[in-house]
Amino acid sequence: MKRILLSLVVIASLLTAFACQSGGGGDKVKIGVFMSMTGDTANFGISSTNGIKMATDEANAAGGINGKQIELDVQDDRSDPSEAATIVTKFVTQDAVHAILGEVASSRSIAAAPIAQNAKIPMLTPSSTNPEVTRKGDYIFRSCFIDPVQGAAIAQFAAKSLGKKRAGIMVDRKNDYSTGLEKFISATFTKLGGEMVITQSYQAGDQDFNAQLTSIKGSNPDVIFVPGYYGDVALIAKQARDKGITVPFVGGDGWDAKQLYEIGGKALNGSFFSNHYSPYDTDPQVQKFVNDYKARYNSIPDALAATAYDAARIMFDAIKRANSLDGKAIRDALAATKDFPGVTGKVTFNENRDAVKPIVMIEIKDGGIYAVRERVQVEGAAMPVLAEAPKAPASPEASPAK
Amino acid sequence: MSTFLQQLINGISLGAIYALIALGYTMVYGILRLINFAHGDVYMVGAFMGYYLAGGIGIRGAQMLMGNPDANVFGRVLAHGLLGGGVLQPSLITALVVMLLAMAICAVLGVVIERLAYRPVRKYSRLTALITAIGVSLLLENGGQVVFGADPKFFPELFTKRNINLFGGASINTADIVVLVIAFGLMIVLQLIVFRTKTGKAMRAVSFNLNSAKLMGINTDRIIAFTFALGSALAAAAGVLVAIRIPRVDPLMGILVGLKAFVAAVLGGIGNIPGAVLGGLLIGITETMVVGYLSPTYKDAVAFAILILILLFRPSGLLGSTVQEKV
Repeated sequence: MKRILLSLVVIASLLTAFACQSGGGGDKVKIGVFMSMTGDTANFGISSTNGIKMATDEANAAGGINGKQIELDVQDDRSDPSEAATIVTKFVTQDAVHAILGEVASSRSIAAAPIAQNAKIPMLTPSSTNPEVTRKGDYIFRSCFIDPVQGAAIAQFAAKSLGKKRAGIMVDRKNDYSTGLEKFISATFTKLGGEMVITQSYQAGDQDFNAQLTSIKGSNPDVIFVPGYYGDVALIAKQARDKGITVPFVGGDGWDAKQLYEIGGKALNGSFFSNHYSPYDTDPQVQKFVNDYKARYNSIPDALAATAYDAARIMFDAIKRANSLDGKAIRDALAATKDFPGVTGKVTFNENRDAVKPIVMIEIKDGGIYAVRERVQVEGAAMPVLAEAPKAPASPEASPAK
Repeated sequence: MSTFLQQLINGISLGAIYALIALGYTMVYGILRLINFAHGDVYMVGAFMGYYLAGGIGIRGAQMLMGNPDANVFGRVLAHGLLGGGVLQPSLITALVVMLLAMAICAVLGVVIERLAYRPVRKYSRLTALITAIGVSLLLENGGQVVFGADPKFFPELFTKRNINLFGGASINTADIVVLVIAFGLMIVLQLIVFRTKTGKAMRAVSFNLNSAKLMGINTDRIIAFTFALGSALAAAAGVLVAIRIPRVDPLMGILVGLKAFVAAVLGGIGNIPGAVLGGLLIGITETMVVGYLSPTYKDAVAFAILILILLFRPSGLLGSTVQEKV
C-alpha cells in the first residue's frame, strides 16, 4: 500500500513538472543558444555567448519582451558539428524553445539548420559567413555579412572612396576564403570601372614573396588587394615596402588580429581592411556597447561578441513585433526586420535571409591604431550575383566570421 | 626590362643563400661521401640563434622579457640578447655580430653532431650514415618545435633597410646588398681556407683518400670535425641572412630550403666547391623566374625537375667532371 502511494506521489509530481514545463512557455520566452564553449574554437563560443547574455540581461532589465522575461538555454557543442545537431534536436523536441541562436562556425550552423527548419523554429546565426547556411530553409537567418558582399564592399571602397583605378591582387591559391574574396573583389572592381592589372598568387606557408611583388611592381598598380590571413599579409606588406612598393594594401576580416601590426609594423601604415565592427568606432552606440561590455567582462569585445549581441537583440525585436511565440509569426517578423540599429550597423534582411548592412573599413595608422575610415554599404550595381556561385566563397569551417 | 632586372636581383640574392647551404653539403660529401641531411636543419638552428641573439626588439623576445609564462627557459636565457640587453643598436655592425655569434654556435653544433651521430657509425656502410643523417634531421626539426616552439617568429630589423634606385627603373634593397656582399665574402674566405691554408690542404688530402691521408700523419678526425664546423657555420650565416630578408623563422624552415640546396650541390657537381656556388645561383634564379613569369605553384617543383634532368643527362653535375680537386 505504501509502495502504491509512493508511486502515485511520484507520478503526480512528474505530471505537475510536465504541466509546469509546457505551461512555463506562457510567461517566459525561451531562447536556445548552441555555441562552442570548449574545444578548438572555444574562444568563438565564449565571446558570442558573452554578447548574447549581455543583450538578454539588458532586455530583461527593461521589462523583457512584451512583459515576458527571456530565459536563455546555453548549451556547449564542444566545437563539434554532430554535437550541435544533437543539441538543436533537443531544443526543438524536449525543451520547446521559441527561437535558436548559434553558431559561429559555418559547419556547425549547417549541421543544425535543417533540424530547426523541420521543426519550424526560427534560427539566427550571428557570424557564419558561408552562403550555404541560409540556403537550408526559410526559418534560417544570418545577421552578418557573407564573403561575396565583403568582397564587393572592399572593391567598392577602393574604387569609389579611395578613387583607385589600377589594382593588383595577391591571393592565397589554396584557400577558399581567399579565392572566394578574390573573385568578388575582381568582379566588382572591374564593374566599377577599375582595371585588375595583375593577379599574383602564393600558398599558405610561403615566406618569400619577392618574385611576386617584383611582378606586381612592374605592373604599376595604385592599390593592392590582399584577401588573406594576417600572418601572410604582414610578411607581404613588409617585403613589398622593402621592394619600394608604396601603394596601400586593402584586405578583409582575415586581417583582424593584433598580431598583424606586431609583425608588419610600419609597413602596414595607411592600409585598410574590412570588418564587422571596430571597438574603436566613435559612434556613441558602439562606445556604449564597448564600455558596458568592458564593465561586465573586463575585456574589449571582439567582432564575434558584437555580432552575437546584435543577433540576440534582432531576435528579441522580432519576437516583440510578432507579439506571439509561434514559430511562423516570429519567422515572419524576423524576415520583416528593417534598419535594425545594431552596434555592427543597420541590419535589414534580404530575400535570402542574409543581413544587408554596412561593412566597416578600418584604416591602419602609425603605431597600430585601427581607426574606422568609413562604413561601406554595397550599392546595387556593385552587389554580387549570388545565385551563380553558391559554393565558391565557402569559408573554411572553423574560421570565425570568415 | 626593369622588372626582369629586378627578378634577376631577387634570384641572385636567393641563389646566394642556397649556395651558402650547398657548400656545406658539398664539403661533407667531398670528405666523407655522406649526404648530411641534417644540414638544412642546422641552417634553421642558425636562424633561430640569430633571432634569440638579436633578442629584445623581436616580438617573442619582448614577450619573454615581460615574463611571458609560456616562454621556455632556453629562450629566456638568450632572449635578453644583444639588442634587448642594450649592448648594441640596430646597425650593420649588429647584423655582423649576431651573424658571427650564430655561426660560432652552429659550428659547435656541427662538431657535436659529427662526434655523437656520424663518427660512431663511420666504420659501417655509407647507408648507415645516411639513415643516421635522416634521424639527426628529424631530431633537430622536432626538437626545434619543442625548444623554440612551433609557431613562427618574426625577426627584428637588425639594420634599417633602404631602397637604392638603379639604372632602368630597377631598385635594390640594402638587405639584398648585405646578403650578396656577406654571401660572396664568405665564399671567398672559404676558398682561401681550402686552398691557401695548411688545414685546407689537409682537407683536400682527406677528400682524395682518407686512409692515405691518415698514413701521412693527418689527424683525419680533426679535419672531418673542422669540415663540419665550417659547413655548419656557413649554414648559420645563410639562416641569419634569410631571416634578415624574409623576416620569419620557424622550426621547419630548413626542410625545403635544405633539399633545394642539396639539389644545387648536385647540379654543380657534388663535392665541388665552385659547383655548389654555381648550382645555388642557378636554382635561385630559375625559381624566381618561374614564380615571376609562370606560376608560383611550380616554385618548389622547379628545383626537383632540375634534379631529375641533371641526373639523367649529366650525373656528375655541371662542374663535376672537369675539376678534380674535391673537398
